[in-house]
Amino acid sequence: MAAQPAYVEFDAVSKSYDGVSQVVRDLHLTVREGEFLTLLGPSGSGKTTCLMMLAGFETPSGGAIRIGGRAVDDVPPRKRDIGMVFQNYALFPHMTVGRNLAFPLQARGMEKSAVAERVQRALQLVRLQGFEDRRPGQLSGGQQQRVAIARALVFEPDLVLMDEPLGALDRRLREEMQFEIRRIQRSLGVTVVYVTHDQTEAMAMSDRVAVFNHGRIQQVAPPEVLYEEPERPFVATFIGDNNLLHGRVHSVAEDICEVAVDGQIVKAFLVAPLDVGQEVSLAIRPERVSLAPDAGLYSNEFEVRIEDTTFLGDHLRMQTVVCGSEFVIKIPNIIGHGGVLPGDTVRIGWTTTDCRALAPDLGPAD
Amino acid sequence: MPRWFLLAAVAAALAAPTDADPLTVVSWGGSYERASKRAVMAPFTAKTGIEIQVENYNGGLAQIRAQVETDNVYWDVVDMDFADMVRGCDEGLLEPISVDALPPAADGALAAADYMPQTVTDCGQSQLFYSTVFAYKRDNFGAQVPTTIADFFDLGKFPGRRGMRRKAFSNLEFALMADGVPPDHVYAALDTEAGIERAFRKLDSIKEEIVWWAAGAQPPQMLADGEVAMSTAYNGRIFNAQVLEDQPFVVVWDGQLLDTGGFGIVAGTANLEAARQLVAYAAESKTMARVSQYISYGPTRHSARPLVAERHLETGTPMAPHMPTSAPNLVRALHADWEWWADRGDEMNERFAAWLAR
Amino acid sequence: MAGTVIASRRARLRAAALTLPLIAFVGVTFIAPLLSMLTRSVYDPVVADALPKTIALLRVWDGGQLPPDETFETAAAELLAAREERTLGQVATRVNRIEPGLRSVITRTARKLARVETDSWREAMIEAADAWAEPSTWRAFRRAGQSITDQHYLHAVDLDRDGSGGVVAQPESQRIYVSLLGRTLMLSVAITALCVLLGYPIAYLIARAPPNKGNLLLLLVLIPFWTSLLVRTTSWIVLLQSQGVINDTLVALGLLGDDERLSMIYNMNGTVVAMTHVLLPFMVLPLYSVMRTIPPQHMSAAASLGASFARSFWRVYWPQTLPGIGAGSLLVFILSIGYYITPALVGGRTGQLISNMIAYHMQQSLNWSLAAALGGILLACVVALYLLYDRLVGVERMKLG
Repeated sequence: MAAQPAYVEFDAVSKSYDGVSQVVRDLHLTVREGEFLTLLGPSGSGKTTCLMMLAGFETPSGGAIRIGGRAVDDVPPRKRDIGMVFQNYALFPHMTVGRNLAFPLQARGMEKSAVAERVQRALQLVRLQGFEDRRPGQLSGGQQQRVAIARALVFEPDLVLMDEPLGALDRRLREEMQFEIRRIQRSLGVTVVYVTHDQTEAMAMSDRVAVFNHGRIQQVAPPEVLYEEPERPFVATFIGDNNLLHGRVHSVAEDICEVAVDGQIVKAFLVAPLDVGQEVSLAIRPERVSLAPDAGLYSNEFEVRIEDTTFLGDHLRMQTVVCGSEFVIKIPNIIGHGGVLPGDTVRIGWTTTDCRALAPDLGPAD
Repeated sequence: MPRWFLLAAVAAALAAPTDADPLTVVSWGGSYERASKRAVMAPFTAKTGIEIQVENYNGGLAQIRAQVETDNVYWDVVDMDFADMVRGCDEGLLEPISVDALPPAADGALAAADYMPQTVTDCGQSQLFYSTVFAYKRDNFGAQVPTTIADFFDLGKFPGRRGMRRKAFSNLEFALMADGVPPDHVYAALDTEAGIERAFRKLDSIKEEIVWWAAGAQPPQMLADGEVAMSTAYNGRIFNAQVLEDQPFVVVWDGQLLDTGGFGIVAGTANLEAARQLVAYAAESKTMARVSQYISYGPTRHSARPLVAERHLETGTPMAPHMPTSAPNLVRALHADWEWWADRGDEMNERFAAWLAR
Repeated sequence: MAGTVIASRRARLRAAALTLPLIAFVGVTFIAPLLSMLTRSVYDPVVADALPKTIALLRVWDGGQLPPDETFETAAAELLAAREERTLGQVATRVNRIEPGLRSVITRTARKLARVETDSWREAMIEAADAWAEPSTWRAFRRAGQSITDQHYLHAVDLDRDGSGGVVAQPESQRIYVSLLGRTLMLSVAITALCVLLGYPIAYLIARAPPNKGNLLLLLVLIPFWTSLLVRTTSWIVLLQSQGVINDTLVALGLLGDDERLSMIYNMNGTVVAMTHVLLPFMVLPLYSVMRTIPPQHMSAAASLGASFARSFWRVYWPQTLPGIGAGSLLVFILSIGYYITPALVGGRTGQLISNMIAYHMQQSLNWSLAAALGGILLACVVALYLLYDRLVGVERMKLG
């Protein structure tokens, strides 16, 4: 993957509508050729603005965007040769599916026979052969989605942007389409920049995910790395469940540190360099916490009182308090774990490597 | 309260006698209406206690016909021109008013003998002579001023726009007289197709310069604003602009078109008795003569002639030069032939409309 | 079970009853007058009612020579009766429209007959007026006696019947309605086209502007809409007349000499300008309501697919606004072919429309039958246009907002 050359580059890009508050700030991002990169974040985090700047519908207030090594500041959207799938598909309701697909080809002055052939190929790609004479209004949501994707691909762009394309679909269809989009992207080898606020979608589809918050990228990494090795509290909590403990660095030894949390010492793995006395957040995945019947099994062990338990089939979810903070534990549903009841006091523990001392979030004021 | 009681109360309110209502008199607005109010209506109210409410219109029978046909009469007395009075009477739109029921002259002469010819119908009698003349604003012209009806149609000698009434009536007559037809031959000429065509051809010669008016109050305004160089107009309107507003207007009496008008009572009015009283009052010689103190329109009864004041009541202007019926003004005057217009009016108006649209 | 069926039917009836006032209102204020006017355009029983026996006799008359004495006798009796009934004027008016000049013949004759005693009514009538010795007079009575008549519709399209009943064109000096109808249709097309031209960009601007600015713009369109028609029309007079603001400005700037003032009002130009202004909201509102439903993304999508602005607009945006253009055009066109006040005020001589002629016949000539026939033709035009629209575009696609 790393061998692929960079195709899209955001270089210190910022965007402000009113000149005061910045929607996107000092953004550096590289999308590699053939990569499926997702911009993930809550609404208002700047991910859609980034996409629109890339498509050319918004102009950056600062910095530069390069596509294929060429700065595109002065290139209007229609000349950027980027396929785009919009949130509500933006299919043209007065045209048939066939004419929707032919539209970008005709705009490029392509010959009639070539157009027809390309349209057929695109329909085949999204498995909608025989639908060319229908109007968008006569199609189901999923079918419209496929047409929108086909239209974005039919003129064979090197880069396709998708702006929350699955938001309007129900869950089952959404999963099916996630797979479908991934299949198409792989078979064509096209570069995709995908925007979503749904972290499972991002995890399922992407080669890499850029997590946005406050107009900045908090972390860019492949999904499994984001999950296993979050670098900042926002990423740790946005992707999957996580327990956060806030404390102050007590001592540092190579990549291990001791952190004082509410008067107790927790041993953690250092993600970024920290100094003694600095404030720090610790992230511990609920499923990485174990019940420890005997003391001394884990480097971090606490006696806690279980406030509440929820049975969720494959696992048990327990609510408790550790070092003064709310704390969740997920225990696999195996023999011996069912005996814990609310009100019981148990010993829990986790290893140093499962407890990550995170770098601070990149906030809005920085 | 039972429901029927409410209904009955509403019905009773709707059917309540209208005796207490004021008499609704419809006039022509502007300075003529003002004169009529001062000379006729106000003294009538003072004498009888019958209140009068005045509305105005631009002539024609349409509203009267609509009221009569829908049985919803809310006009009582209407001041109308003679042709409308004749036609309204024929069509049953007006209440009959016998001339024999009108007051005799001061010398005892019966009303029927006292009225001048062509002023009496079965449904009312004319009270006034008025005239359609043309007038100009003096400062619009130098030494040479228009003096004949032919000058009105002479754009070469007197350039400038002309105001004319948007109706066939009066325009055809003026055109023929301007084209050299003597006044007493005008209607004979109009009886022939050639005469009608001659009239329209003459109108054609100034068509592009004509600004059309509909209400009697418009011509003085158009003259004052300089919108037109000359305009046909009712002589009384021009007179009032001259004496009350000091407008430098000049009336040209050559080819004046005399007509008469008076009160008719709308058929089916609820105030018939009061309406009859007003008509009888207005028909008295001295009432007729009193109108001439306010506007330069002349009475239609012989016995009223001597009663006409010599001077305008409000400004002291001598009236004689301004009256359409003064001898010098009658030299080349034409009396409108209402019968000809009753016969040919629809046809002429249609041709006029067709001509206008071309 | 049966009880609930009855109850639900009763509820439906009650709901239907709520629409009764509206149906009654529409019936009384629209359908009844419309029917009565349309009836009037073909049904005119005045003469047949007033002179029933005379008309019956004339029906069997051959129309060549003068009718027999019996007809004269009957006619004299019925004319006198009509004079008593005071319906004579209406008879005279109706006959006079067929043969101008007969009005005075009829009224004069009746007046004179009331005063004579005679055995020969034929002589008495011819004595009263020569016209009775002309078969054409009696033919005019026979035609006027037809209660169901196409005369008014013929008249409304500049046709007439000659003495033998054949359809002929009116003499050229009296032809007016066809050319006026043509002018009305032409001006209506021009006004509609101008409304599209002016209204489209405004509606586009309003639909694409951010809501607060859009509302302000919409208000600017609506304020004139709420202003009295007369005020708006007279303000055009103030602007456009020869001594008006525009001419004064042009003269003051030295662009025009004082004697070269443009005549922009009291002609066709005045009608077009003022009516376009008056009717513009009827174009803008349907257009706006259609444009508002077109997602702005469509234009972005077209751009991203490589289309120029012109191509995006004509291929993507414009076709989607056609239902609005259709609705607005239909509204404006239909309103303008029936428009009356504005042309009457600012149309002068050449800017009059067919509706002004209808008003003239309603108010001045009192020829309501002809007015009704002209109205009937106008109504037919509107219905034809509606059907055409339905055929071409489909009325269900019309969006009025």
